[in-house]
Amino acid sequence: MKLETAGASALAEKEMSVHTVSDISVEVVSDSGEGAQKCGTIFGSVSAKMGNGVWTVEIIPAEVEPPPRNPAGASGIRIRLGDKEVTNWGDETNVIVAFNEQALLGRHDLNALADDAVILLENMWATHPDPAVRKEWEDAMERLSHRSYRIIEVPMEEQCLTVVDNARKGKNMFALGLLTWLFDRDLERTKEQIAFAFRTKKPIITENNIKLLELGYSWAEENLDVRYVVPGMEAAGPMVVMNGNEAIALGAVAAGLDLAAMYPITPATSVSHKLGEIFEKYGGVLHQAEDEIAAAGVAIGASYAGKCTFTITSGPGMALKTEFLGLAVMTEIPLVLVNVQRGGPSTGLPTKVEQSDLLAATYGQPGDAPHVVMAPATIGECFDIMTTARRIAEALRTVVIVLSDANLATGVAPFPRPELSPEWQAGPPDQRPIPAGAKPYDWDPETGLSRRFIPGQAGGEHTLTGLAHDERSKVAYDSDTVQRSMTMRSRKLAVFQSTLLPPEINGDPEGGDLLIVGWGSTKGAIEEAVGRARKEGLSVSSTHLTFLSPLQPGLKEIFGRFEKVMTVEINYSDIVGDPYITPENRRYGQLAMMLRAQTLVDVDCWTRVLGEPLRPGKILQAIRQHMPGGEA
Amino acid sequence: MIMPSCSLLHLADEDDDRVFEMGDYEGPIARWCSGCGDHSVLTAAQRLMADKQLKPETTVFVSGIGCSSRFPHYMNTYGFHGIHGRALPVATGVKLSRPELDVFAVMGDGDCVSIGAGHWIHATRYNLDMVALLLDNNIYGLTKKQTSPTTPRGYKSNTQPRGSYLLPMNPLEATLGVTNASFVAQTAEWIPAHLFATLKAAYEHRGFAFVRVLQRCPHFMPDLFTDAVKTPDMIEILDHPEGIRAAGIEKIYKNTTRHDPADLNRARELAEDMSAIRLGLFFRDESRPRYEETRALQKRTAREKMDLLNEDFDRYAV
Ligand SMILES: Cc1ncc(C[n+]2csc(CCOP(=O)(O)OP(=O)(O)O)c2C)c(N)n1
Ligand code: SF4
Ligand SMILES: [Mg+2]
Repeated sequence: MKLETAGASALAEKEMSVHTVSDISVEVVSDSGEGAQKCGTIFGSVSAKMGNGVWTVEIIPAEVEPPPRNPAGASGIRIRLGDKEVTNWGDETNVIVAFNEQALLGRHDLNALADDAVILLENMWATHPDPAVRKEWEDAMERLSHRSYRIIEVPMEEQCLTVVDNARKGKNMFALGLLTWLFDRDLERTKEQIAFAFRTKKPIITENNIKLLELGYSWAEENLDVRYVVPGMEAAGPMVVMNGNEAIALGAVAAGLDLAAMYPITPATSVSHKLGEIFEKYGGVLHQAEDEIAAAGVAIGASYAGKCTFTITSGPGMALKTEFLGLAVMTEIPLVLVNVQRGGPSTGLPTKVEQSDLLAATYGQPGDAPHVVMAPATIGECFDIMTTARRIAEALRTVVIVLSDANLATGVAPFPRPELSPEWQAGPPDQRPIPAGAKPYDWDPETGLSRRFIPGQAGGEHTLTGLAHDERSKVAYDSDTVQRSMTMRSRKLAVFQSTLLPPEINGDPEGGDLLIVGWGSTKGAIEEAVGRARKEGLSVSSTHLTFLSPLQPGLKEIFGRFEKVMTVEINYSDIVGDPYITPENRRYGQLAMMLRAQTLVDVDCWTRVLGEPLRPGKILQAIRQHMPGGEA
Repeated sequence: MIMPSCSLLHLADEDDDRVFEMGDYEGPIARWCSGCGDHSVLTAAQRLMADKQLKPETTVFVSGIGCSSRFPHYMNTYGFHGIHGRALPVATGVKLSRPELDVFAVMGDGDCVSIGAGHWIHATRYNLDMVALLLDNNIYGLTKKQTSPTTPRGYKSNTQPRGSYLLPMNPLEATLGVTNASFVAQTAEWIPAHLFATLKAAYEHRGFAFVRVLQRCPHFMPDLFTDAVKTPDMIEILDHPEGIRAAGIEKIYKNTTRHDPADLNRARELAEDMSAIRLGLFFRDESRPRYEETRALQKRTAREKMDLLNEDFDRYAV
């Protein structure tokens, strides 16, 4: 580790080194409440505007205001920049601005920092009046010294106090100034972005923030000797930048959904925050119910009454809704459920990503309740999937579960601006009279599809029931009706599956040694890892599934083109070779389990639950190890 | 040209000259035990519909699971026989999204006071314009005689064969304790005139009308209300010009108490005091905010929505 004090002679006669890089990750970390995220968001937006690929992800402690100067309480943001599209949060951070050494330690402890990371560290703590703080600083320096980090001390507090009285409320903009110089960002654009970010605040806030930005910028200019250039791309067309939850909220509007019923739960809640802000102007109702069960009930009641509705939650909330999901399947009421997955089981890791609800989503309802499960893989898909899901739910008269996750929920990245179409919207509830003789479940014997009756339609009066029933919705327990009605509800999925396309292959469609299969938010990281592995000469490809139930067609045939097939997922599986783990008792990743059952192919899995998105570098290592004939 | 029946736009159908008789609301023969109090509630509901000329197609009966929750099956209207305890969330969804529909929720005491208790409290607070009927037989009927929250203390059931341990819950007291309660009444199914008058007042109320119907279950609770049925004086009728007045019962039910339904404190006292079986309107306040009105929004066309959405996207433009 090299420790440099600001303004020291080492930097006096600056010898500038300018690195042109195609991919770099930057972090800003602080105690919570110091605005690191704001700084990173503005930096990311400006970078996107300058043509860079960008992925930002917030680093959120579990508590709202954890004790200050605590490694576990580190709050901040990572911004990964590239000269191409960036699809995931990457591996390690190369440049980090830390407001105190404990937050920095928190990141160090999680192996978040590259060995040669450049660290810009607030140095007020080194000379703090409290000896305990000075001691903590020294201990931290000792621990950090075992790595070859380059730590540059920055007198942030001292500098900021020349502009504001409370430096805690200003350091983030000073840090933004540092980054703006370091990455040669357009200063004017950054100022505009600041003005936009604080548009609802008093003008003095924007003025001070711009002063702080300029202060950081000129401090960096005088004192730093390294700069990075990340070339931008030509814009392919208009782009928008947002996180996956905002995309779901806007997608719900685009899909013509009339009502969203929910109960707050991390990491799904921010969808409702967005809807809370905008939904009413579209005539949409965001109903915060007394619990998740009620939320599902309200959504189902409104859907039954002819409206397009959805309910949004995370794993524990989905568990509470299961009985209602079964009812919606049984009574063939269209319903979209979005589950923004978090770490489990139980309360688990509320703010962290996991893909552990796949089996619960698919099979977790009592009785046999066939329905659709699908997962967006990118932030752009979070938007599109809402329209798709609503349409499927209505066409099939069933439940569609959309599995997003904390990685998509908090990741921010640009995507092409959708060209909106009024056709995505649904019409008003059908109120035409029902022709005499029509039945509420007039199942087409081939497809199981039927037209639904909506209250208000004269002649359609009937009582819908969760009890076994016949075409007329009459309670019926006779063997023939039970078997037939189950068949009809299930047949719809087969019909739907017949309309799907096989998944695309990233890499070599002809086949090869290893095929990685993924689903959901891991797509970017998997494809990046596969790309790197192919550069190393490994014969590996990947495919990514949007539909988990029913599974897309052609899988068995595709798998047959590869010597080995392995899923990569963020859920738990036993590791071969661990004590007591045998081929008989090994628990597989959740998609792997489904693929094995459906295709009878000996699909392997590499899954990890690390409380963070998978890093492409780790997937690459797994690929190397799991190549057929490899060590694993 | 105005389309003759542009029902898609919810235009009232002016040339609807149908006249409904009670029989028009009858569904298949009810399958409750003979002597079950649910039969009279069904009849009263059909009579109410005929009285008010409610259209079968714009009326929705929502229920949970239980003997009482079979109710919608026996009505010739739209019906939603859902899951145990959850009638109120479904009814909330229906009414919130289609305020023009007439919505009734029918629940048993297990349904409403036990598994669905959370929804009951919140539905009271939402105060959507609907009628909520609690058919309280003080027992779990459908599942064959388990203790319910309203079972009298000491009453023997299959789950508490040595007698129920807890004091019974008082649903009137509980409802009257909820913020924004707007209509709380009690009636008994064996007094058809009072039952009908109560349903009528509940339907006419603009807001969440909670009616506890004392209901006999001859199968599992044969002696529960026998004394009350035989001894009209055990029953105290709440009487007031603003309250519920059932014509023709005064000769039999002479025990009356004057109670102004605007008086919430007195209503709570009367509900809490269990020395008599009180029937009538405990409380009514039509000025309480109704959720569906609080949440009423301007409807937008698809085109307008897309224009607005484009503006929202502008804020995220790179
Ligand atoms: C989730 C769930 N738990 C339990 C049951 C079983 N169950 C059905 S009805 C009922 C209670 C019925 O009692 P009540 O609500 O008082 O209605 P009643 O039959 O007396 O009219 C129970 C426990 C169920 N159907 N669903
Ligand atoms: S068991 Fe009781 S409540 Fe159920 S139908 Fe028979 S009498 Fe009525
Ligand atoms: Mg009961």
